[in-house]
Order: sequence, then C-alpha cells, then structure tokens
Amino acid sequence: MARAAVIDKPQPLGPDVTTGSAAGRHTRIALIGNPNSGKSSLFNQLTGLNQKVGNFPGVTVDRKTGSAQLTPQHRADIIDLPGTYSLYPKSLDEKVITDLLYDRGADGYPDFVVVTADASNLKRNLLLFTQLADLQLPMVLALNMMDTAAQHGIQIDVEELQRQLGVPIIPMNARKGVGVTALKIVMAQELGPPTATFYQPSEQLLPMIRQIRYYFNLHNDYLALHYAHQGDRLRFLSADDRAYLSELREKYQFDSISLQAQETIDRYARISELLLDVVRVTRAEQNESTSNRLDRVLTHKIWGYLIFLWVLFMLFQAIFSWAAYPMDLIDQGVAWLGAQVKLLGEGPLIDLLSDGIIAGLGGVLMFIPQIALLFAFIAVLEESGYMARVTFMMDKIMRKFGLNGKSVVPLISGMACAVPAIMSTRTIENWKDRIITIFVVPLMSCSARIPVYTVLVALVVPDEKVLGVFNLQGVVLMGLYLLGFVSAVLSAWALKSILKAKERSFFIMEFPVYRWPRWKNVGLTIVEKVKAFVFQAGKVIVAISVLLWVLASYGPGDALDQAEQQARTEATRQQLTPAQTENLIASHKLENSYAGVFGRSIEPAVRPLGFDWKVSIALLTSFAAREVFVGTMSTIYSVGQDADMSTVQEKLRAEKDENGQPFFTPARAASLLVFYVFAMQCVSTLATTYRETKGWTWPLLQLVYMSGLAYVLSFVTYQLLK
Amino acid sequence: MTAPLATPRSVKDLRLGETGTICCLNDPEMALKLLEMGCIPGTRVKLSGRAPLGCPITLHVDGEYTLSLRVSEAATIMLKD
Repeated sequence: MARAAVIDKPQPLGPDVTTGSAAGRHTRIALIGNPNSGKSSLFNQLTGLNQKVGNFPGVTVDRKTGSAQLTPQHRADIIDLPGTYSLYPKSLDEKVITDLLYDRGADGYPDFVVVTADASNLKRNLLLFTQLADLQLPMVLALNMMDTAAQHGIQIDVEELQRQLGVPIIPMNARKGVGVTALKIVMAQELGPPTATFYQPSEQLLPMIRQIRYYFNLHNDYLALHYAHQGDRLRFLSADDRAYLSELREKYQFDSISLQAQETIDRYARISELLLDVVRVTRAEQNESTSNRLDRVLTHKIWGYLIFLWVLFMLFQAIFSWAAYPMDLIDQGVAWLGAQVKLLGEGPLIDLLSDGIIAGLGGVLMFIPQIALLFAFIAVLEESGYMARVTFMMDKIMRKFGLNGKSVVPLISGMACAVPAIMSTRTIENWKDRIITIFVVPLMSCSARIPVYTVLVALVVPDEKVLGVFNLQGVVLMGLYLLGFVSAVLSAWALKSILKAKERSFFIMEFPVYRWPRWKNVGLTIVEKVKAFVFQAGKVIVAISVLLWVLASYGPGDALDQAEQQARTEATRQQLTPAQTENLIASHKLENSYAGVFGRSIEPAVRPLGFDWKVSIALLTSFAAREVFVGTMSTIYSVGQDADMSTVQEKLRAEKDENGQPFFTPARAASLLVFYVFAMQCVSTLATTYRETKGWTWPLLQLVYMSGLAYVLSFVTYQLLK
Repeated sequence: MTAPLATPRSVKDLRLGETGTICCLNDPEMALKLLEMGCIPGTRVKLSGRAPLGCPITLHVDGEYTLSLRVSEAATIMLKD
C-alpha cells in the first residue's frame, strides 16, 4: 500500500511524482463539503467537460470524476463526493464518503481533499471540516461564496482563520470562477496534514481506541473512534472485523448515539470560540428578507400553487412543442442517411445497416431534444432554489399518499424517463418513501410513450377544436398523462398501507436562498443526462431494433422461401400486378418470419383486448422499450405495405381487418393507449429498479403489477367501447 | 390552583416571526440530524415561514440560514422559557 505513506508522512505530490516509481499516476483529489456549499460549481469549474459519471462499488450512488489541469505540467483526477453535513452518514449517498475515506486500500483513495465551505454560513460548514481535519487528511479549504458573505455583512479574517485551522485557505466564488486559479496552484503543491486538532475523544474511550488502532493498524485516534461508531456500516470490513468491533462496543459499553451528540456539541462550541476572533458581522438579516419577500409570493397558498402549475405548464410546452423542431430535423436527417446507404447497393448487409442500425439510432437520437429540455428545466429549478419550495409546498399533500415532498422531483422527472427519475430518488433518505416512489414512477407517462400516444391519438381522434380554443387531440393527450399520474398516486396510497416502515421518516433539509442559475452548471447537467440516456438506454434500443429487424427478416428453416412460392402461385392465380405481387410476398414472408411466429403464438391472449398478431409483435418488442412500438409498426408495415406510404400513421390508417373495415377503430386504439399507459414495458427501468433496490423483488413486482393492471384495464376498455 | 407552567414549549409552538432559544432535543435519533444541521442547545431560532397547508415550516437558525422541517420534527426541539 504505497498510498498509506501519504497520510503517515506526507510525500511530494507535485509534478515530481511522475518521475518516481508511480510514474504517470495523477494526484487523486476528493471534493467534499456541505450540500449547497458550491461543491458542484467548483467541480464544474475545475473539470469542465472532462467529467465521467460512474458508480461507487456496491452501491448505486453516482460517482462523478473528472480531470483538471492544475498547472501546465500537472493533471489531477478529481472525485466529487456527495454533499454531507458530517462524517456520520445519514443516507446511502453519504455512506460512500466513509467507505472511501476510511479505507486506505480503497480504489481511488485520495491523496488529499478539498473541503468546500459556505463563507456566509461558516459555523455549520466548519463542523465537517473539523472532523476531516481530525482524521489528519492533507487538505485545503475552499472558502466559497465570499460575495454572499460580504452581502450579508460578514467579514472574515482569512489569515487568522488559516492560522486557527492550520490548513491553506483559498477565499473564492466558485460560481463566477473567482479564486479557481489560486486554488489550482495550491492543489498542485505538496500538502501536509492539518496542524490543529479540534476534538479529543474522552479518556475513558482511549483503551478501546488503542485496541482498534492496533487491530486495524490505523494511524489516527479519531479514525479508530469512527470504526467503533460505524463498524457495521463500513462496506470494506469483513464479518470478523465487524464482530470484533461489536464485541469491543459491548465490553466498553459504547453508547454511539449520545457520544455522537456530545461530539457534535463539543465541536460547535470549539468552532464558535474559534470564530470569535475571525468573523465580524456588521449588518445582519439584510439578504434574508429578499428571499423572504420572494417566498411570500412563491409559496403563497394561492399564488404559490398557481405559479407552480404555470411552471409545470411551461415544462410540458417545452417537451411537446419546442422539442418538436429539433426532433423533426433529427428524424429527417436519419431518414436521409438511411436512404443514402441504400443507394450504395443491395444485400442483407446494406439492409441491416439502413433498416436495422440506422433506424435504431434514429430512435435513440429522437429523444435527445426532450431529455435536454427537461433537464434544463429541472437544473434551473434546482439551481435557483425553487425546487426546495416545490418540496415545501407539496410535502403535506404527497405524504397523504405515502410519498414525500422530495418525491415530486422524481415524479416530474418520470415524465421524461423513469430511469433518471428512479435514480433521483436517492435524495429520499427514508426507505419506505423511497421504495414507494420508485415503484410508482414508471406509471408516470414518460417521453418514450409520447410517440405511441401521438401516433394513436392522431389516428382516431379528429384534429378539431373543443370549446373553440383547445385542440381535441391535445386534450386527449393530457387525459392520458392524468391517467398515469392518478394511477401512480393511487398505487402509492395502496402501497403505503401495505408496506411496513423500516425507519423514521426525516424530512429536514436546508432551505436555500434564491440565486440566479449558473448556465455552465445547467449545460453540464444536460450533457450528463443526455450522455446517460444515449449510452444506457440507447444501447438497449439499438440492440432491440437490430434484433427486431433480424426477427422480421428471417424465419425458421425454409419457411420464408415457401411463403414466397405460395404467394407467387396465389398472385398468378389472381392475376395480380407486379406491385401487388411484391406486397403479397412481403406480407406472407412477415407472417412466416420469427416475428410472425412470435406474434401469432400470443395472439389468443391479446385478442380480448382487440389486438391482432401484428400488434402483438409490437407489444412484445415494446417490452424492451416502449418507443420501439412505432419502429416495430413501421418495420412491420414497411415490409408488408406499399413502399410509397411514408409515415407510420398512414400505414396504420390503411390497415384493414378481415372484413375490409379499418382495423384501428377507436375502441382498439383506446385499448392500446390504455395498455401503454399502464404496462411495464421497459427493460432499462426494470434494470434500474433492480440496481436501486438491490434485488429482483421490486422490479418483478413492478412488472407483474403494472402489466396486470394494463391487461385488465385494456380488456375493460375494449369490451366497453367495442 | 397551580400555575400553568407545566408544559414546556417546543419550536412547533412558535408564532410566525417569533424567536426562541433551543433548550434541548428530546428525540435522540432525530437529535443527531438536528445537531449536525446546527440546532445546538443555546441557538436562537426564528419561525420564518409555514407551508400553505401548515406543514412543513421554515426555521431561521442563528440569523444565518434557513431549514425546512415538518411540524412533527419541530416538536422535538424544546425551547427555553
């Protein structure tokens, strides 16, 4: 363990490291700080677009890493740790910090840490700092938001603070990039452990601490104390290690809760004392009133909700109308590309490329504008501090349904895509609230359902106005969204009474002051989310498109050749034109392909819902991702229909049932729409739920519950409307 | 007749805009969270806002920052009289 040396006796970390035995190794730096202390802004300033999002081992917390050019010769790997108030984790997110910092053998154990602190709120921010300092981690303190502090009339004697804390301090304003250069210079230098200690464990604990230090070969008393407190929760400890710690706790009658409480109180006392000489407040509570005045309107019992409704309305507009233009462009671009490839020649490979791969890529790229717009909205709401107000206003309502004020964000995100939405439930500390939110999020109509909805709604609902102003198709679309929302809320309410709580529900959170969003942060959020979608869900969608193309183009044995022969014989007998013959051949081929066999085998099960084998194929492929429905329908019909019919809609409208009547009657379309509102048809969502709940129980329940609901309600719809 | 000083007040009982001083936290588990967020005995807190439906509330701590918490959580923060 070469890295251990860094802690015990600091070694040069600068450019000269590359000349030593660890040639080419970058300095590893961890960013840590309170929530809302500007940590993410600083991370964005340091790394820009050189960011990667991964996972911490064993848990599903985002692991954001990036690289920064500190000096022309010196690069550093930077890891952005989740925001926390202390080193005693209260949530899964916070646990990854202790798992990383308490295990010197950990992959990615940092050479030193950069602690961000909000200068306008120094006392509370220093709590975490003093804990880190007592671990004797080499560190630098980024004293952030100096401008806000100045506005609040808070003056900080940085030199004196530096003397008291015993670490280098860089006053800065990360949102505007002020102080970033100075910080980089310090970060490129050799840093030793802090010289001051802030808390001494009491005398009675020392024998126990010594035993732990000896057993685990630890370099520091305070770290040993944390092993005693958190032994059961540290991922890297073996069962034997945990048993040993629990024995020690028993032996020394270690009362973790009251010791923690006393430690926090002692630390605050020490910090208050230390800040007496450092901080001078000349003019208090000025800024609070600006935020308060805004809150009087934005959280008003009438205006507050109206404004929130208006924000939601704008969000819908963005996803539906604004996104349409870039989506059309992407659609046309992909169609053009496919056509260009076809010009190159003929053959199965060309077909695979244009009808399989390029068509599938189109299906992925189509969603980028919507995802980008949605996350632009969410990022602005988060950055400005408004999201906290939404949580504040909605908590009591959401709680009635077993949800939490914090569930509003995942539910709204669920309208774009359940995958990031389920990932965003991590902010909900309470297990029960979190599980319920995860469970119902996929019932919210996601953007992948939009193509299905729009195609089918436009097919059977006339494009006319109701009450003179509203577009009828739009009203129906809204109704589908409401149906999803209502079912999500009712399902949550049902689950609330079934599930037993594992722990107390904490709601307490910091209520940030209003701020102008930083566009750089918004932009980086968009890039991150789009990347996540393209590379995670996108892979599945392209793979399924290709698989689908194979299924529809090949059949068991020589079934396709026989189908062609049979079609030709039939065509000759009926004296069809060459074009009609081609159609007949294509449709016979599809019927006999693997996809046709597949669709036919489940047709009896879905016939009571009004679906035939062609729709069955689309239902099956949709289980990989809903948006595949449209692709499947177009594949099925472009193989089996006239080539000059360009859009899927026209193809569907032209489809006839066995009596020669239009196949897609309002009853059939309604049944299909209802099915898509409820059915769990997304492998990516199931995979995300599996990852987030660490087991197959919840994803399987989700699959069974939602698909069962879809089947029953579609059945009822079709039978009633038929 | 005994004087009605029996029931100690908690943050829940503050009126809008009223300030009180924290005396103690009567729920050990909740206390850990409250303490690290700065609700230390002796700290002055002001009830600065109430959600339209009465819960949650916002609490201005030590003249520095604002916390948002549920009424049930506020009820565990006892005040000095």
